Amino acid sequence: MGFVVALLAALGFVIGAAVIGGTSGGIGLLGVFGIVAIAWSILGYYSGDKMVLAVSGAHQVTHADEPQLFNVVEEMTIAAGLPSVPAVYVIEEAAPNAFATGRDPQHSSIAVTRGLMQRLDREELQGVVAHEMSHIRNYDIRFATLVGILVGMIALVADFFLRFSFFGGFGRRRGGGSNDQAGAILMVIAIVLAILAPLAAYSVQFAISRRREYLADASGVELTRNPLGLARALNDIADDPRPLRAANRATAHLFIVNPLKNKKTKEVSGVFDTHPPIQKRIAILLQMAHVGPEALVPGYRAAALAAGDGTAGLPGAAGAPHRATSPRPHDPPPPPAVPPAPPA
Amino acid sequence: MIAVIIIIVILVVLGIIFAGVYNSLVGRRNQVDNAWSQIDVQLKRRHDLIPNLVEAVKDYMSYEQETLTKVTAARAAAINAGSQGPQAQAQAENMLTESLKSLFAVVENYPDLKANQNVLSLQEELTTTENKISFARQFYNDSVLTYNNKTQMFPSNIIAGMFNFTTRQFFEAPEGDREVPKVDLR
Repeated sequence: MGFVVALLAALGFVIGAAVIGGTSGGIGLLGVFGIVAIAWSILGYYSGDKMVLAVSGAHQVTHADEPQLFNVVEEMTIAAGLPSVPAVYVIEEAAPNAFATGRDPQHSSIAVTRGLMQRLDREELQGVVAHEMSHIRNYDIRFATLVGILVGMIALVADFFLRFSFFGGFGRRRGGGSNDQAGAILMVIAIVLAILAPLAAYSVQFAISRRREYLADASGVELTRNPLGLARALNDIADDPRPLRAANRATAHLFIVNPLKNKKTKEVSGVFDTHPPIQKRIAILLQMAHVGPEALVPGYRAAALAAGDGTAGLPGAAGAPHRATSPRPHDPPPPPAVPPAPPA
Repeated sequence: MIAVIIIIVILVVLGIIFAGVYNSLVGRRNQVDNAWSQIDVQLKRRHDLIPNLVEAVKDYMSYEQETLTKVTAARAAAINAGSQGPQAQAQAENMLTESLKSLFAVVENYPDLKANQNVLSLQEELTTTENKISFARQFYNDSVLTYNNKTQMFPSNIIAGMFNFTTRQFFEAPEGDREVPKVDLR
């Protein structure tokens, strides 16, 4: 956050110095930028969530509309011990995805796509909602919204400046030889900074976003105590090749899985990825569940569902101490957060 | 003079530490109470839902009166146990969970019943209530763990002892109770 603000300040100073001229011009424009940035942040703080929801075409639903989704959100609110249930939104689109937004747990929303609800079973849906609930509990939603707004402003300012200087909008109105030379150098610095600043800002934003995704995966599991549910949900979402039309570059980092492109095979994340590689996230979750990738195979669940009357031979089921059907099949062997059985 | 100032500073620092520890103990204890009331809310909700369910299925299940009677009896026992402390209540509620499980197992055998919209939505509501109970219990137990640790660990145990912060009981679930009644609805 500090870095992003400093970047914005540097950009303001240099552009100001180059365009208006001299240190006073730099400080002047820096001040203007500062005021605009603060105003922008306050606006984003109070209504950023509504903007994001509107841009995504999400509409609010009640318990009567979507009982299961609403119930699952309530369950995770209780598990997280949050004071109030977030507003629940649905995006009418077939690509499965979900995000959370808001400024604090009392003013938060969770949105899921229609495709997510159709594609996931209750247990998987619970995993996804737990992930989003963790973003809310960890105040990632506020952070992501504010960083997104400031980064957006840097990009806008840099873009604006570059366009103007290319079209010769800033004529040299000042005479004087040495001053002119200094002005030219400043102009070059401003242009370079205007090109680099958005890239640096994006890379910071994305690095933060990637780390928070891992954290939300882990603390989501702390809520459900069921890593396999989220692992299978991520696998299902990754299997779907359709991009989410409701998402754009500014909102992409909010979603549980990158909605713009589903790169399933990548092993390492690049500087400009908003999300960690999904295969790596799934692998970590499987490790928590102490099962192998066979637990992700659709047949594993289908067979377990069919096994309501008996135990159909499941590959690898002997090693798994539970049936995949029940919403909360087992405690993972001792993660530190599980309360130990107390001595009577 | 300097000695007096040093003593005063030490006393003030000790006072601040004391207040901090005391306040965090109170905060933790309130969290435990709040978590307990959450469990209570969900248990009551389950007690309220059961008569509806019994009403909805009893016409179909003329041959399964025994199962229904068991559920009704377990519900009554659970309501009575409400005033007898966490341990007794946990036991009665676990009995109720067991009886519901067998009821849902019976429902599986009646295709008409499984397709009934009313029964389906009641099943979803009971499933979520079961889940909420166990998540509320999970949160309660986590809160109790943190609170008990604070009352027993040095140095906060000194202040806990002075102001009678007693340890709280966990809400225990027997093995196998982690499985909610099997409902495979989408």
